[in-house]
Amino acid sequence: MTVHSFEQHFEDKIDNEISIEPRDWMPDDYRKTLIRQISQHAHSEIVGMLPEGNWITRAPSLRRKAVLLAKVQDEGGHGLYLYSAAETLGISRDEMLEQLHSGKAKYSSIFNYPSLTWADMGAIGWLVDGAAIMNQVPLCRTSYGPYARAMVRVCKEESFHQRQGFEIMLTLSKGTEVQKKLAQDALNRWWWPSIMMFGPSDDNSPNTEKSMRWRIKRFTNDELRQKFIDVTVEQTKILGLEVPDKDLKWNEERGHYDFGKINWDEFWNVVKGNGPCNKQRLETRKKAWEDGAWVRDAAMAHAEKRKNKKAAKAA
Amino acid sequence: MSQTTDLIKYTLQIADNALVLGHRLSEWCGHGPILEQDIAITNIALDHLGQARSLYQYAAELFNNLPLVEKNDLFASAVLQQKINAEEPLDEDDLAYLRDGWDFRNVQLVEQPNKDWAYTVARSFFYDSFNFHFYTALQNSADKTLAAIAEKSLKEVAYHLRWSSEWVVRLGDGTAESHERMQTAINDYWMYTGELVTMSEADTAALNTGNGVAATALKQKWDEQVNAVLQEATLARPEDGWMQQGGKDGRHTEHLGYILAELQFMQRAYPNMEW
Repeated sequence: MTVHSFEQHFEDKIDNEISIEPRDWMPDDYRKTLIRQISQHAHSEIVGMLPEGNWITRAPSLRRKAVLLAKVQDEGGHGLYLYSAAETLGISRDEMLEQLHSGKAKYSSIFNYPSLTWADMGAIGWLVDGAAIMNQVPLCRTSYGPYARAMVRVCKEESFHQRQGFEIMLTLSKGTEVQKKLAQDALNRWWWPSIMMFGPSDDNSPNTEKSMRWRIKRFTNDELRQKFIDVTVEQTKILGLEVPDKDLKWNEERGHYDFGKINWDEFWNVVKGNGPCNKQRLETRKKAWEDGAWVRDAAMAHAEKRKNKKAAKAA
Repeated sequence: MSQTTDLIKYTLQIADNALVLGHRLSEWCGHGPILEQDIAITNIALDHLGQARSLYQYAAELFNNLPLVEKNDLFASAVLQQKINAEEPLDEDDLAYLRDGWDFRNVQLVEQPNKDWAYTVARSFFYDSFNFHFYTALQNSADKTLAAIAEKSLKEVAYHLRWSSEWVVRLGDGTAESHERMQTAINDYWMYTGELVTMSEADTAALNTGNGVAATALKQKWDEQVNAVLQEATLARPEDGWMQQGGKDGRHTEHLGYILAELQFMQRAYPNMEW
């Protein structure tokens, strides 16, 4: 086959919704886009362990502590599936981590916000995992097979997390005055960053068009954002909390909520590294990696010794 | 002192070990040396936490059935005294979050800090080597609840022991650096191992009623376990020497106070609320 026919074959598969598998021919750009997206996603899971991990030792009850610990552990598991999916595209986990640590690879900006109170465990589960699900459910049908399959597992667990987060918020909102205040304060701080999680608006998103054509992405950022707002505002009513947006209003004609102007200046600044916790998060990840170097070396050296012993025995 | 009071103390001794070690291990979550091990150590932390919860629930149940004068005698913390005098029943969270350090009965070993992977592994290895034989014996407890908890936990504890033993071997027989770090950790935490197999008052009382296990009788099995793994790991066994004591009777190292300050913060700042 010529390059042209390889490409035709690839395009046909995409058009016919046949998944692309690791050994299939794929355009370089498709491969690069996927590596960027999947590794970014994996990094988000790993860095995302930190703001919630921040409350494991201070959770207010043993049950909440166990649930939170299990949740953060799940995120580690998601990181693992996603790194494995990205590895099928010809990049190693170490290379991806190197890109994370050098700042070359990005992760979801939401994790550069601090988790300040226990209520943030509710808000993160409800809003951040909620937004993640909106983004991720369509990815279960994304064109690259290993990514789609990883996402099926991730989505199942994420929707469980989202319900747990909402349940924390519900308990707080039914609680004492100060608990309601904690819940409202958390909503105030996490609402806008969650809305921004869908990325820049469509007229400002350089990767969207190509990703849509290759069926890596199935909906645009703005479509998903609107869907999230429509669903979440209704949930806020159940909680009896107030969305911190004075321009939020149901638009009968559109059948959607209109909402206020997003502070893109803040968004781009956090992306560029000026968020409240960018430095701290990256330093924490780097420290874990560097402090663990001698442990990984030891594990490798020991495995090597075992192999040699086995070989010597066999000889 | 009634038999029930003794049983509560004994149950708390086991529960506090599980909670405090689980707390320490959970501090690694998100900071492990490699993702797979981050997940593994969190899993182990969750096992300990689960065991602690079963045991606290049982201790609370026993406590709630005590006559008031015996209740007043058990825990010193002012918040708990208030609850007791108001005749409110206690639950697992009251026991974990409202007792002060001197009413915690865990061994000093489990409250020692993580420091690095080698210290964390050494602490777990010493504890797991005890805990596996302890739970094995506790399955025969005359107390049906303790026996059932032991039986249910044993599979988890067997895995903990395998995990920590493998890491002792891997680090001991890994690189020169890991060998040195592992040996140092073994040496430094050695003085906290004696307490595991020393009988406290609660241990003796539980043994006499058939509810408990003879901790001293586990010493030989602990030695065999530890010696075998250290040898495979090419590590030296330290001299037995002077051993620290007191945790089981509520005398702790300075570390426990900080663990509790963190663990109990929410319940202290926002008391009497549902979370």
